[in-house]
Amino acid sequence: MKSLKVYAIFYLIFLYAPIFLLPLFAFNSSTVIAFPLDSFTTEWFTTLLTLSEMHGALLSSLKIAVTSAVLATSLGIFAAMAVSRYSFPGQKGIMGFIMLPLVLPEIIVAVSLLIVILRMGFSTGAWSVIVGHTLICTPFAIAILQSAFASLDPSLEEAAYDLGETPASTFRLVTLPLVMPGIISALLISFTISMDEFIIAFFLTGAEPTLPVYLFSMMRFPKLLPAVMALGTILVVLSVLLIVIAEFFRRRGAKRTGNDTGGFL
Amino acid sequence: MVEKLRRFFRTEKGTGLLLVSPTAIYALLMLAVPLAAVVLISFWTQNGVRDFDTTMTLANYKEALTDPLYRQLMLRSLMVSGLVTLITVLLAFPIAYFVSFGVKAEHKSLWIFLITIPFWTSYLIRVFLWKVILGYNGVLNSGLKAVGLIEEPLTFILYNVNAVIITLAHAYAPFAILPIFVALEKIDRSLLEAARDLGENRVMTFLRVTLPLAAPGVVAAVLIVFIPTIGDYVTPRLVGGPGGLMIANMIQTQFLRLNNAPLGATLAVLAMLIVAVIAIVFVIIGNRAAGQKGARK
Repeated sequence: MKSLKVYAIFYLIFLYAPIFLLPLFAFNSSTVIAFPLDSFTTEWFTTLLTLSEMHGALLSSLKIAVTSAVLATSLGIFAAMAVSRYSFPGQKGIMGFIMLPLVLPEIIVAVSLLIVILRMGFSTGAWSVIVGHTLICTPFAIAILQSAFASLDPSLEEAAYDLGETPASTFRLVTLPLVMPGIISALLISFTISMDEFIIAFFLTGAEPTLPVYLFSMMRFPKLLPAVMALGTILVVLSVLLIVIAEFFRRRGAKRTGNDTGGFL
Repeated sequence: MVEKLRRFFRTEKGTGLLLVSPTAIYALLMLAVPLAAVVLISFWTQNGVRDFDTTMTLANYKEALTDPLYRQLMLRSLMVSGLVTLITVLLAFPIAYFVSFGVKAEHKSLWIFLITIPFWTSYLIRVFLWKVILGYNGVLNSGLKAVGLIEEPLTFILYNVNAVIITLAHAYAPFAILPIFVALEKIDRSLLEAARDLGENRVMTFLRVTLPLAAPGVVAAVLIVFIPTIGDYVTPRLVGGPGGLMIANMIQTQFLRLNNAPLGATLAVLAMLIVAVIAIVFVIIGNRAAGQKGARK
């Protein structure tokens, strides 16, 4: 076990190495991304402030991520409630299909939506990215919400019915508050996925690029590489922060219902 | 009729179906219909910029299967994702084993969380960082030169298939660890004690008890890495160079550059078909292997 532990620590270092390089070069004054490091600077972060195109991209990314997160979590609530409470005909097939985007290459999702959208005579834009992101975020939302619903004690809802509440008011007054940590966790995870997703956005974004699509176009210009590192640092820090908060809520929900079934996947 | 339907929706089955329907209908409209459209269009041909000739023909399939360029890209994609799968799963198994058997119960979820964090950060940025690390004047070469280990930059590590494999193996690491970890966690620890009590040594216990019981997790890990990597676009594009491009890059080129959606659709359908066949064969072999072990027990 001791040698395995050493291996595990090296493995973690390998996993994190690229991410740790980001801030190193984002604050390095040399325009070349290489060792040895030069001196400390925040110049590249101020460069970001001058890129007005980037601000538009940020705004459209935020808009898309918030909408996709809300849609995916809402769809996730329906499906998670259905599988954790009821057994219905074709359950395995239906759920398998809903979860399919987890393994399907994103380019397939992107291409197939593009074909339908263009064929029907619509033009792509933020809305089509939202459609695609909702599709790929829903399985993650379901996975999180399913464990939230599964650990919920059904007798609490039955008690509410006995006390004269309707199904709707029971859901609002009893179920919703108990699974709220799961819902917040699902919202944050979906937001993070949508914010970082590139391929679907690349195919379906039309004239307004999202932040990753804009970042991709920046990567072609060597002069902009330090600014790419700076923007990357901000995005990675933001993602990690959101994920830690999501995990906090997921665990709190698990603790509240007394059942920790493990991580996100 | 309406009354019958209403009664059906009050039953356990009916309520379940009713509840799942918004999500299922969304997946049907936004995933099943588009996927069917891809299959349909793959039999059409391009006629001008946005016009299709809708006569059904196998011409695209003939072109895709006979043109050496497409064949080469397809074979390379298969080889790359096969190798990436092998490397990721082999490297991941000891980690999953360590977290499941060597870490105290209260620290397990922390370890799993630490392993999954990088996965939640932007894929694009992680791939781009590998380009920066592996480049001619990159972090690795400049670092090794500064320490004096090499005099000339290493060139075999960027803009080729090696770089694609390293980058993908890094990106998909958590995918492989999680299913194996879940399978290991499910193993009843008393079975291992029983094997030891019956005189098996540590290695034989691992080979004859732990490994067969972990097989479903390994099968899941293989599929969850193999299927998405074959369609990866970003990694070959950023670190692959001309010799490291994969089928997804050609699909993108057909759709967005050459304006030949039908041929792009054909390539997408073929890639998915090949992956599906390999996955099914693999699952059958995996099940049979597990079944034989079960019978021997």
